[in-house]
Amino acid sequence: MHPFVLAAIGGVLIGISAVLLMMLSGRIAGISGIVGGLLPPAPAPDRSWRLAFVLGLIGAPALLRAVTGDAHIGAPTVGMPMLVVAGLLVGIGTALGSGCTSGHGICGISRLSPRSIIAVLVFMATGIATVFVTRHVIGA
Amino acid sequence: MIQGFLDIAGAWNPALIFVMAGGVAVTFLGYRFLVPKSRPLWASNFVLPKATRIDAPLLAGAAIFGIGWGLAGYCPGPAVVSLASGRTGVFVFVLSMLAGMMLVRWMRGASRASMSLRAAEEKL
Repeated sequence: MHPFVLAAIGGVLIGISAVLLMMLSGRIAGISGIVGGLLPPAPAPDRSWRLAFVLGLIGAPALLRAVTGDAHIGAPTVGMPMLVVAGLLVGIGTALGSGCTSGHGICGISRLSPRSIIAVLVFMATGIATVFVTRHVIGA
Repeated sequence: MIQGFLDIAGAWNPALIFVMAGGVAVTFLGYRFLVPKSRPLWASNFVLPKATRIDAPLLAGAAIFGIGWGLAGYCPGPAVVSLASGRTGVFVFVLSMLAGMMLVRWMRGASRASMSLRAAEEKL
């Protein structure tokens, strides 16, 4: 199957997940928020649906791996130090900015939220700039 | 796939556009036509973001997130999903991400506490 078709199917599945969560539980399927609400200090009181969602996220590929022997997940493309830096920035950025690609990108845009549309434009811009610098300026 | 999409000056891979398009199309239509207006089916009420202002934390946070995303190609969802692969690097990323989130949450809590302390002091 063409990679773009696979990509679109993946997106459709994400969309179905977001619609289901809103229809059934009345919530935004924003992963940074769902995960963030599980964390100290002051974790959100509504833990069970968050845990269920995260278990689903990990459980589906884990099931695939159990059944087929392969989770079909690629390896990280950068080394450990960079993964630490990137992880910290993603954690800080999504907490500060109240969302990520699922919360702002999928759900926020679908709600026509000006905050989300702006957030997406900003993180796309800095993402593109970062890859430009690391690949073409530094040559990493 | 992510860094391929973000590499507009190099080997550009537009696949992420198809992910976003598929996702937004379904979510937009589903939110509009499938989600009940009064209340969700299994919960008593909707829990939706109340903020409307485009403020500094939103802009700064998005900018910082984008840098992290460009550096390793992971955002929170795919990172959590990738834990199923068992790869050490994914755990390193996710633990760092949780640390970053907790740092911001802790600082927010500290700033709220000092604000309510000041508000209480002003009342006295």
